[in-house]
Amino acid sequence: MEPVIDAINLVKQFGPFTAVDTINFSVRPGEVFGFLGPNGAGKTTTMKMIQCASPRTSGTLSVFGMDPGTHSSEIKAMIGVVPQETNLDTEFSTIENLIVYSRYFGISKEVAEERAEKLLDFVQLTEKRDVIIEKLSGGMKRRLILARALVNQPKLLILDEPTIGLDPQARHLIWEKLKLLRSLGNTIVLTTHYLEEAERLCDRLVIMNKGTILVQGSPAELVLDHVGSGIVEAEHSPGVEACLLDMDIPYEVVGDIVQVVTDNPRTVAQELLSKCDAKRVLTRAATLEDVFLKLTGRGLRE
Amino acid sequence: MIRDLFAIPRLTGKAWTVWQRNLDVFLKTWRVNLVPPFIEPFLYLIALGFGLGGFVGYIGDVPYIDFIAPAIVAVSIMNSAFFECTYGSYVRMYYGKTFDAIIATPVSIEEVIAGELLWGATRSMIYTGLMLPVLILFGVVDLPSSLLLIPFAFLGGLLFACIAMCFTAATPSIDALNYPSFLFITPMLLFSGTFFPITVLPPALQAFAYVVLPLTNVVSICRGITLTLFSPFMILNLAWIAIVTTVLFFLSVNLMKRRLIV
Repeated sequence: MEPVIDAINLVKQFGPFTAVDTINFSVRPGEVFGFLGPNGAGKTTTMKMIQCASPRTSGTLSVFGMDPGTHSSEIKAMIGVVPQETNLDTEFSTIENLIVYSRYFGISKEVAEERAEKLLDFVQLTEKRDVIIEKLSGGMKRRLILARALVNQPKLLILDEPTIGLDPQARHLIWEKLKLLRSLGNTIVLTTHYLEEAERLCDRLVIMNKGTILVQGSPAELVLDHVGSGIVEAEHSPGVEACLLDMDIPYEVVGDIVQVVTDNPRTVAQELLSKCDAKRVLTRAATLEDVFLKLTGRGLRE
Repeated sequence: MIRDLFAIPRLTGKAWTVWQRNLDVFLKTWRVNLVPPFIEPFLYLIALGFGLGGFVGYIGDVPYIDFIAPAIVAVSIMNSAFFECTYGSYVRMYYGKTFDAIIATPVSIEEVIAGELLWGATRSMIYTGLMLPVLILFGVVDLPSSLLLIPFAFLGGLLFACIAMCFTAATPSIDALNYPSFLFITPMLLFSGTFFPITVLPPALQAFAYVVLPLTNVVSICRGITLTLFSPFMILNLAWIAIVTTVLFFLSVNLMKRRLIV
């Protein structure tokens, strides 16, 4: 099947700064594809190039087989965009936002009204139909932006940090809607720095850092390939460290804990308890977060 | 580089969807929008027309109040489009992120800016349409020729909208928009043949006013219309407005594109 998005050696420079540095990826129809990375990794810049809002510096990019540089209007007609910033029309009510937005796609008033009602129902905002935007909560605004991105019945949905700043309830509701959209055959591309979000939603994902793609694959593959199946943690002390060195078990010190990555967490935990006299021993499955921190480092991003 | 700035942008009818959006907002907040154009001519006509006019009497053989009536319209054409496409557009672009939302649809950035400019011009036209009945009521404008002010307000408004959008494209912040407001708009308000005939100025300044100050040309045409004094000189005024508007329309669209598409 022809990919929905195909990027080959894609580069974006802002003056001397390279925001996206020669990346390659391809998004297949019907999958949820994630871009994961710390702040400043180049995720949003990549989204902007896909949605024809920012021209690329070099490389090739095709969306539905078309070049965003020359066919922006055709491409934009087929995609829905949920931006990172909330940019609803504050002067309008909930339903008016959807109807005014439909007009930009050349959708007739009758069709727009019918779709708007259905979409409000879909994002559970029918009760807020005639409420002015300012009176909506943060979660409601994000849901309305999701509804707005669907007015043109897009074949590809692009979401830039869809659940940023939301409480757990609001976040779960958005996830539920995205899963539903996926089950209807939509292709979804999203950026996030919430690891849990990526793990739950994405069929495949890439981890970006400083403009480059570090790895790509399914969440489970990435965890297995780059970390391993299990992790054992114990409180850090010189004794524990010496003991691990003695047994020749590789470990990492993270703050006040010692971390051991292993395929046999039970054995390691037992040895830590019996031989090293370790405190607060904990075994857990490795997660995407471990992969992420391993690949992008623990330094703060600002 | 420079050539790109004056290139003719590719535009389609989608620009009108942006215009329509602004009209919808305008109608939604009509209470605050429709009152000022009614009040404004009252203030000017009473203060300047009756107050000052009582001392001035006539300019040539035109009563002072009839002399300033077209200038009030011209100033309103200038202000409504200029402030709409400076502060209004800047707020939509920078604070509301409205332009970002619209360019995620098949509408291009060029069409967004064109829609903004057309809306600025429309706003001038609406204001003129609202002021005109007050002026007619005072009996200070000729009929039916003064009805021509309404279509002319669109052209004059487009001129000031395009000027404004160039400033909006260049401004580093909303506060910096105070510079063109005070250093460009206020001098024009005073020296464009508005409240005294431009002929009292030295010839060099008169030439300067006609060549550099857009309002001078707009006042000249408005006055010809309300006094039914059509002169061939008005064709020059009209040509000046048409040429400058066309050039600045392209320039402002390209400047905004350069600012927003990076």
